[in-house]
Amino acid sequence: MSSIGTGYDLSASQFSPDGRVFQVEYAQKAVENSGTVVAIRGKDGIVFGVEKLVMSKLYEKGSNKRIFHIDRHIGMAVAGLLADARQIADIAREEAANYRSDFGGPIPSAVLADRVSMYMHAYTLYSFVRPFGCSVVLSSYDEDGPHMHVIEPSGVAYGYYGCAIGKGKQAAKTEIEKIKMKEMSMHELVNEVARIVYTIHDEVKDKAFELELSWVGKGTEGLHQFIPAEVQEEAEKLAKKSLEDSDSDEDM
Amino acid sequence: MATKAFAMSQKFCDLQSPMEPDFVSAQHLTGTTVMAVQFDGGVVIGADSRTTSGAYVANRVTDKLTRITDKIYCCRSGSAADTQAIADIVAYHLSVHQLEIGEEPLVKTAAKIFQDLCYTNRDQMSAGIICAGWDRKEGGQVYCIPLGGMCLRQPVTIGGSGSTYIYGYVDAIYKPNMAQNACLEFTKNAISLAIQRDGSSGGVVRLASITEAGIERQTILHNDLPKFSVI
Repeated sequence: MSSIGTGYDLSASQFSPDGRVFQVEYAQKAVENSGTVVAIRGKDGIVFGVEKLVMSKLYEKGSNKRIFHIDRHIGMAVAGLLADARQIADIAREEAANYRSDFGGPIPSAVLADRVSMYMHAYTLYSFVRPFGCSVVLSSYDEDGPHMHVIEPSGVAYGYYGCAIGKGKQAAKTEIEKIKMKEMSMHELVNEVARIVYTIHDEVKDKAFELELSWVGKGTEGLHQFIPAEVQEEAEKLAKKSLEDSDSDEDM
Repeated sequence: MATKAFAMSQKFCDLQSPMEPDFVSAQHLTGTTVMAVQFDGGVVIGADSRTTSGAYVANRVTDKLTRITDKIYCCRSGSAADTQAIADIVAYHLSVHQLEIGEEPLVKTAAKIFQDLCYTNRDQMSAGIICAGWDRKEGGQVYCIPLGGMCLRQPVTIGGSGSTYIYGYVDAIYKPNMAQNACLEFTKNAISLAIQRDGSSGGVVRLASITEAGIERQTILHNDLPKFSVI
């Protein structure tokens, strides 16, 4: 990049001469340095898979989860600065609770995505705060089917059928584009998501990782849940196996 | 109640002309009979058309079936001012909400907003409201929000001062899964009976049915109302 650090990147309240807000772009860099999130929307549900990089063997297994429950029917997976993401999760929970209290029902995830994106965008306007260094994926399932949205540090939100954010996102997107997700059931998706996360994980650069999996859909009656242990075990076994198979296919 | 006490006190505090009749200063009340029935595919709502202030009929052709959205209406009973103000506020909130969610609002949402206003301000108000309409998730729904601010979904509900005279009729005649035309007949008959007996209800009977296609309204003039009793 040509114009890094040329004085227009000191605060989010400044444009550069070529119309960029550098602070927001730097926030997006923070997301790109984090472990990958793979999320796929199938026929009747959505599965999240998070490559949670483990920095030390001394960490307790299952700590610092990167998937959150927002109300009972919405899941949020995050990439980027985890502390920033926890703040977003808190805000999202508050919005969902207020919506219930004001309007007597669960918040549609498209409406929540709108509100979270407005909140994240607000932090890109001023010099006395910095943008959030995280992207979040929101998922839900209701009578109209599954819904998935991604909100970036800039505050833009898009709806997706399949998405990946984080360091392995390019490789993951290539994998995601190969599969016919619109016809796949939730169980099929779990195996695919697990396989993709294992495939894109870089054994050389990042050593250990924990795979976090969650789903929401018809099979969970619209509730967002972490995937049951047996299903997860099965998916990880298949994923490791497919890795070995593809390794052994390589020509030496 | 606070509002009735206020109306009473007006009579005694009028030092200018002590011989003034009470209706000059009494607040407008929709004495009323209102009713709503749910059927498969929508709701039927009905009301009389009398607004009184004291013994004077201030408006004999009132429309108590008030639009909140195209497919959600409310039946107003109690203080005319209070119910008009509440209906305006609910309609405003729902129009903003509709822009945010990008589709037609749910009847449940409207009922919740009614409830919020009626409960929070229960000490200052006299409003008995029936919120009824159609939405694509649950179809036809009727919610009654009486004086204290409770909110309850029911298949059929009646309200207003005239409703006390027709509880027996409604209990006896109502059957679940009635068709749209049967509901219209039922509502028309019930309100006519109430008008016969309640001094605060009268005028014409306004009926409406709300379905996926929208609202269809009718007005039945007093002479065309069904006659039940010869005495």
